[in-house]
Amino acid sequence: IRSYYAAKAIIQESKNTSPKLLMRAFCPSLATNRDKLAQVLWVLNWVSVITGITLFSLGLFLKVEIEKRREVMSKEIDSVPNMLISVGLTACAINFLGGIICNDCVDTSKFLRWKLLMLPYIICTFFFTFCILLGALMCYIMRSDLEESLFWGLREAMLYYKDTDMPGRCYIKRTMDMLQMQFQCCGNGGYRDWFHIQRLRSNVEGKYLIDGVPFSCCGLYSPRPCIQHHITNNSAHYNYDYQTEELNLNLRGCRQALLEYYTQIMHSIGLIVLVIWLFEVSVLIGVRYLQTAMENVLRQGDPDCESDGWLLENSIADTARYNFNIIKNLGKCYQVDDDPNIDVPSTSQQTQENVPIKQIPVAR
Amino acid sequence: MALMKVKFDLKKRVKLAQMLWLLYWFSVMSGVLVFSMGLFFKIELRKRSELMDNNESHFVPNVLIGVGVLACCLNAFGGKICYDSLDSTKFAKWKAIMKPFLVACLIFNFLLIVTAVLCFAMRIPLEFTLAEGLKNGMKYYKDTDTPGRCYMKRTLDLMQMEFRCCGNNNYKDWFEIQWVSNRYLDFGAKEVKDRISSNVDGKYLMDGVPFSCCNPSSPRPCIQQQITNNTAHYSYDHYTEDLNIWKRGCRDALVSYYGGMMNTIGILVLLVTILQIGVMIGLQYINTSLSTLVNPEDPESESEGWILEKTVKETFTDIMAKMKAMGKGNQVDEGTNEEAPAAS
Repeated sequence: IRSYYAAKAIIQESKNTSPKLLMRAFCPSLATNRDKLAQVLWVLNWVSVITGITLFSLGLFLKVEIEKRREVMSKEIDSVPNMLISVGLTACAINFLGGIICNDCVDTSKFLRWKLLMLPYIICTFFFTFCILLGALMCYIMRSDLEESLFWGLREAMLYYKDTDMPGRCYIKRTMDMLQMQFQCCGNGGYRDWFHIQRLRSNVEGKYLIDGVPFSCCGLYSPRPCIQHHITNNSAHYNYDYQTEELNLNLRGCRQALLEYYTQIMHSIGLIVLVIWLFEVSVLIGVRYLQTAMENVLRQGDPDCESDGWLLENSIADTARYNFNIIKNLGKCYQVDDDPNIDVPSTSQQTQENVPIKQIPVAR
Repeated sequence: MALMKVKFDLKKRVKLAQMLWLLYWFSVMSGVLVFSMGLFFKIELRKRSELMDNNESHFVPNVLIGVGVLACCLNAFGGKICYDSLDSTKFAKWKAIMKPFLVACLIFNFLLIVTAVLCFAMRIPLEFTLAEGLKNGMKYYKDTDTPGRCYMKRTLDLMQMEFRCCGNNNYKDWFEIQWVSNRYLDFGAKEVKDRISSNVDGKYLMDGVPFSCCNPSSPRPCIQQQITNNTAHYSYDHYTEDLNIWKRGCRDALVSYYGGMMNTIGILVLLVTILQIGVMIGLQYINTSLSTLVNPEDPESESEGWILEKTVKETFTDIMAKMKAMGKGNQVDEGTNEEAPAAS
């Protein structure tokens, strides 16, 4: 029995000392270290404000680029730019507040007014970093949405290409021509899309042109003057074989060209947002260390002495269990059984007999 | 009687020195701006050197680059002098070279004004170069198989699309040259034989333009062939049709593009000149105020500063007299040298 109790005591002791403090690697061991951390974090928070502005401007840029070619998209792709813009603005605000807090942490008296706000601030920022990550991920998954929108949008634009006299559609011809010239593409998937369109309606001269394309499909690198009518008719042109002729017209479809263009933009933006996310997480970790260090200073009462800083007081499992219990107990109403001050009459005789024995105070 | 005399006490001197130091750093940045504008202009000329027949003059951008670098150096040096002028011991080492430095600044300002005038005047030789270059460019449009000229077609097409122009003076220039290569002409066909025999040089001329002349804003599909033949197209009158192809000539378009660029650069250089004159006057005030201290040992004493020690006319006559004296001095020296050997 003795060895059993000894073992239990040893286990109890080890439980008290081992993973009590998670990641105690960085301990602000001197008061000046704490000040240095506060100053560094102040600078980093201001840098984060600038990265927040960068996020905002990236979102704005993407929005402008999408608006420029809105006419060839069937539905508005505004989720990603709006997300980036709002995340950028929020990041500015959060980091601005963080900068002010870190600036005040140098002075213990000033820290008192932020004491209550710091933990909610850190929790909010922690969840906000997930938003940044979500923004980065959205950049990569937007592709399929965009492809579908471009497919239907281009199809419609090619159908209305001829309607230069109808209000609301009169500029589609120019938009389509400028697009094909700028991206060096032709049609939706290829130049044959123009053949299908022209089969449906007649052109101005009252003839049905079956295999012709607009002038904007003409390839710039072609050694011969552009052949845009009777494309599939080899005998209509001298020394011409449309199956081997590669440079005459732009072979790439505009859908693919635009998709590549936007994918490139969004991949770059996604990469930058990921880097900003890593930066924000590191700033958050620094602020958490500063917060715990300052709170320990206040607990010890002496601002010049050492204080420890940590990320979590207990291990992740314990903290999670603790918080879960809090949330669980929030839901429960106050119950009488839990209050030790109320004398609850119990039915058992034994407990009644035990009660007076327990209540005898031990006088010292 | 000095020109624009101003009384200085220590506080005023310090304020002037600080302000001037700031202005000098601003001038260094404006020097960098002039340098980068010269570089940009040079690159733009290089980009289209094919259309200028590869003999365009790079004189003006080179001058801009040189002036920009010189401005940076002079202004950085001037800034250092201003910084040292707050401390009388440090300023003593600069005292000797202040006057030559100010004269150099004056000459540099003249150079800046000359550069600005050059920028505005370069338009005229550029117009001639472009006219010649575009004419030759259009001649070589069809030579996509000749090494050295195979990219002329692409260059011209890109230029016509970018600058929204067609031909040299207008689209009719394309009617006068053969822009379809002989390899794509069927010499057995009657139509081709007719066209070739209809003109003296045996060229295949037609009233058509390349696709790059087409205007995307036109409500109807582009008419590039048989432009002057109204009956070949339904509801078409080439006299009134002005949206079909670009009406402007490429020489006009390019000259106005480069002219606009040069006007902007010229105006900026003039503004930089005004800034430079301002800092030069400021430096002269610092120089004179620090050399006329009432009590040389006491840095807090009052002093006077001016732009010129005498009035403009007197300074001018002084300079002329000095130059004459220098010239006479040489003559007298030569005279005595002649007399001495004669005497001996």
